Amino acid sequence: MSRLTTKTLSRGAAYLLVGGGALLMLAPFYFMFVFATQSNAAIFNVPPPLWFDGELGRNLQTLTTRLPFWRNLGWSLYVALMSTVLTLLFCSMAGYAFAMLEFRFKQPLFLLVMGTLLVPPFMTMIPNFMVMDALGWLDTHRALYIPGAAGAFGIYLVRQFAAASVPMELLKAARMDGCSEFGIYWRIALPLLRPALGTLGLITFIASWNNFMAPLVVLRQAESYTLPLALRSLQATVNTEWGAIMAGSAIATLPLIVLFVISSRQLIAGLTAGAVK
Amino acid sequence: MMMNKTRPSFRLPRAWVPYLLLSPFLALFSIFGLFPLLFSLWMAFQSWEPTAGLEAMRFTGLENFIFVLGDAWFWKALGNTLWLAVFSGLPQHLVALPLAVFINRAFGRHGHSVAAAYFLPYITSTVAIAMMFTSLLSTDYGLINAMLKWAFGMEAINWLWQPQTLKPAVAMVVFWRYVGFNLVLYLAALQTIPRELYQAAKLDGAGSWSCFRYITLPALKPMMLFGITLSIIGGMQLFEEPFILTNGRGGPDQAAMTVAIYVYRLAFDFSDFGAANAISWLLFALLATMTWLTNRAFKDRKP
Repeated sequence: MSRLTTKTLSRGAAYLLVGGGALLMLAPFYFMFVFATQSNAAIFNVPPPLWFDGELGRNLQTLTTRLPFWRNLGWSLYVALMSTVLTLLFCSMAGYAFAMLEFRFKQPLFLLVMGTLLVPPFMTMIPNFMVMDALGWLDTHRALYIPGAAGAFGIYLVRQFAAASVPMELLKAARMDGCSEFGIYWRIALPLLRPALGTLGLITFIASWNNFMAPLVVLRQAESYTLPLALRSLQATVNTEWGAIMAGSAIATLPLIVLFVISSRQLIAGLTAGAVK
Repeated sequence: MMMNKTRPSFRLPRAWVPYLLLSPFLALFSIFGLFPLLFSLWMAFQSWEPTAGLEAMRFTGLENFIFVLGDAWFWKALGNTLWLAVFSGLPQHLVALPLAVFINRAFGRHGHSVAAAYFLPYITSTVAIAMMFTSLLSTDYGLINAMLKWAFGMEAINWLWQPQTLKPAVAMVVFWRYVGFNLVLYLAALQTIPRELYQAAKLDGAGSWSCFRYITLPALKPMMLFGITLSIIGGMQLFEEPFILTNGRGGPDQAAMTVAIYVYRLAFDFSDFGAANAISWLLFALLATMTWLTNRAFKDRKP
């Protein structure tokens, strides 16, 4: 009896602790959305506002006068979509080849792909800038979505999935029927790879949407900024418009939260792929 | 079959197909991966200002490395980076591991849904997060100071504008952002441990501490290695959070200037690309060594 009560009690404490922690993790998001609807003056009240107000429209107005905000939003969307499409195409091609085809130099080439994972992303910051400068790609958006479009993570993800779920016999049968090699990849393998491509697409879109360092180095004009860069540029002014910034941040965050709620399981599994064999 | 045979179509020799499928990777890797790295290595031994044009580049031998190793700001940045890596990385694992065990025990298979709340910061924009925390941490009106005053009657703390509180503030933001990622890693590892192991141990009279000590912990070891390696690699490259929280400068007394921020500033604020590349390679060497040491430390203890 007493053992049971201790058990319920400790269980209750566990739920409380885990739930409280989760609330702490989510609280900053809550306040971002609350502040997005508050006037600049209200945000700086003591104590600060804890509930929503009706100033979202005004904040958006400030945002759109200070920034080409909708254009920035459009660029973010454009870069994220382009980068997703290219990544899906290039990574599925390479991942399929590594999983299903036999060819010379397959092993060394795969080692090369995996080897690129060892290069810390920060190391490429300066050289990347210089290459973009040399190519005349500074201040262009292709500088953001082309370089990373055949990344090792994506190739690895597709390869693992293809090896496990595309039956070799199916490809053999298609070959016997006279289907071209490219046709096999496009019409037979690609539809079977859909789950992996969904995960990879999600991850790529989110990474591009959030990307800060690459646009920071490459983009020059406020007109061509992506959302993160545009939002940060508001910070430099003396009288920071926190209401507007929070409204912009909320708009930048909302699509991610929606995507996450829809697909958190798939996303988490994809992002931790490779960790669990 | 007949249709396919009669259709006049151009066919590539079968042996070419794999290389064609790999050609985007090979092209992008050569242009945007290999070439920049080699160029960067070469640049580390040159003196160059971007405004002067490529002709103005000249070979200076080890000068950049000697400059960097004698540069007080470099050592300061390295110290800051190590501090931030340790004090944002270590708590992540100290919290994530017990929390994962906890969640796994209390929620079982539904653990992942609970962990999702912790994971959310990991996938949101660093800029949005950092801006939000800049506002939450502001001195006179920030929510965090207001809470501290309300709960403990504490004086307002100038979080982001004095060196001794800036570092913990940055570490806290980084902790908040990545703890969920580690939590999910540990949860995934926990769910691969067969339940029978625990049942057998219980039958043998093992308590929950010995179960943890002799079953859970050893089973989590590979994941700890993986997670800690990732934290080290990530921590040593820390850039976005401190960059935005200090408005791109590194903060008062450069207290949150990490190596990556210093590299950025050397190149884009001070136009010293040679030194920036030299530091990149020094940090790379350091990272490789640290990763190797972590691997060794974990392998040696294996029976």
